[in-house]
Amino acid sequence: MEWLNAIVQGTLLGGLYALFAAGLSLIFGVMRLVNIAHGDLIVLAAYLGLTVTTATGMHPLVALVIVVPAMALIGYALQRGLLNQTLGDDILPPLLVTFGLSVIIQNGLLEAYSADPQDLDAGALETASLAVGGLTFGILPLLTFAIAIAVIWGLQWTFYHTALGRAFRAVSDNQDIAQLMGLNRRHIFGLAMALALGVTAIAGILLGIRTSFDPAIGGARLIFGFEAVIIGGLGNLWGTLAGGVILGVAQTIGAKIDPGWQLLAGHIAFLVILAVRPNGLFPRVSG
Amino acid sequence: MPDPILQTCGLNSFYGDFQALYDVALDVGEGEVLAIIGANGAGKTTLMRSITGLLMNEPGQIHYRGHDISLLRADQVAELGLAMVPEGRQLFPSLTVRENLMIGAQVNRKGPWDLKSVYKLFPILEERKDQASTSLSGGQQQMVAIGRALMANPDLILFDEISLGLAPIIIKDIYQALPGIIGEGMSAVIVEQDITKALSVSSRVYCLQEGRVSLESASDTVSREDISRAYFGIE
Ligand SMILES: Nc1ncnc2c1ncn2[C@@H]1O[C@H](COP(=O)(O)OP(=O)(O)O)[C@@H](O)[C@H]1O
Ligand SMILES: [Mg+2]
Repeated sequence: MEWLNAIVQGTLLGGLYALFAAGLSLIFGVMRLVNIAHGDLIVLAAYLGLTVTTATGMHPLVALVIVVPAMALIGYALQRGLLNQTLGDDILPPLLVTFGLSVIIQNGLLEAYSADPQDLDAGALETASLAVGGLTFGILPLLTFAIAIAVIWGLQWTFYHTALGRAFRAVSDNQDIAQLMGLNRRHIFGLAMALALGVTAIAGILLGIRTSFDPAIGGARLIFGFEAVIIGGLGNLWGTLAGGVILGVAQTIGAKIDPGWQLLAGHIAFLVILAVRPNGLFPRVSG
Repeated sequence: MPDPILQTCGLNSFYGDFQALYDVALDVGEGEVLAIIGANGAGKTTLMRSITGLLMNEPGQIHYRGHDISLLRADQVAELGLAMVPEGRQLFPSLTVRENLMIGAQVNRKGPWDLKSVYKLFPILEERKDQASTSLSGGQQQMVAIGRALMANPDLILFDEISLGLAPIIIKDIYQALPGIIGEGMSAVIVEQDITKALSVSSRVYCLQEGRVSLESASDTVSREDISRAYFGIE
């Protein structure tokens, strides 16, 4: 039963990792940009949530109505003002620039909020739980997992059933021809980054409710996100959820064996899957 | 001759340091069908890419309805009513047939062309509308590429290598459909390897040779000797 419990907790944790990963996956899919600053943007969203909740007394989940659009706006501006200029045949400039951005965000947060750990106070939600047949489910992890499924479903739907998603796929296929069809790729990329950072905002708030955070924790979130994306297979959002779940389960089982093994077990699961299936478990089949 | 809808003058195009077009001057009349011929590597595709804004040019080199479009991006040029059927179709592989067509309507211009009229022109596309565009035969893919360009309701449509790589029977079909496409008052530029076909559908013809215009003539009076001289540069 204890093991089953670990698996259940790990699965739910995987929802959070999938939320870390979804934005990363979306950006890579649309513009082949690997965003090194992604983890720090998640942390930035948590801090924005902190500012909003302390200033207004809002519940952190209610603060999403402010933080999501704010992050989306930041995403669009960042893409149009900076990242578009780095995109081209060479993959190095975007890596260097987003690495620099990561350093800037971390230092900016340190300057503005200090290095003290913070957290978002979600009240009773943080400790509420549900007991079913000997297993206890935290309401927050359950909610996180449900949100992850809803977000991934929503992204998938946007991709395959809306004009915006069609534009994302067209630009990803062939930038020149998409431009010829009246789609300005710089604008489309801006919208993709806006959407990705909107998802990142949700991830950041849920992270901030779940654990305490400080300006330096972005790097590890980036790694978890990466691992979830790669395990699941690039370009497959449901695969990303599966990747998040596998990572989460590996971590909780590792922690069960020895608390010090939590992170290591996740990385080992990642490496094993990478060795056995270099393209991840569910790579997108391209026609 | 009617007023030109498109005019290039002194057009020079470059890929980095390499100059692919030299001082190209041509014009397309309103409602006119123009043919462009020339050997492989002569610069035909480069000319199309320059006109549509995929290649950048110096100001003053390309005019569309009197406006200088040399500096506009491809999406801005498209909004003015200039569409292209690119060489090698270049459909979007992750989009279905119908989605490929819908992307063409992105510029939001009014006119006779919509999904319904494109399906009427090429009924096979309606049957295949939910398939991946890559699952179609070459000829059907060319129909999608043509339909996609039409969906923009352009005033000027450019066809780059309209029949390259297609079976003769398909080429015949496409040429049969052509009057129905261009007949609605549209102007067209057709790049074509098959000189007889090119001459039969156009009113005037230009030949490019190594990036320069080597011949400009009315299509019905041009002689075979003039063409081979312009084509191969044999004096
Ligand atoms: N992307 C490119 N980079 C460099 N040179 C190119 C590129 N595309 C075409 N060229 C060169 O430009 C010239 C004209 O090519 P192109 O316009 O494709 O000719 P055509 O369409 O008439 O066959 C050729 O010499 C070709 O090698
Ligand atoms: Mg060509």
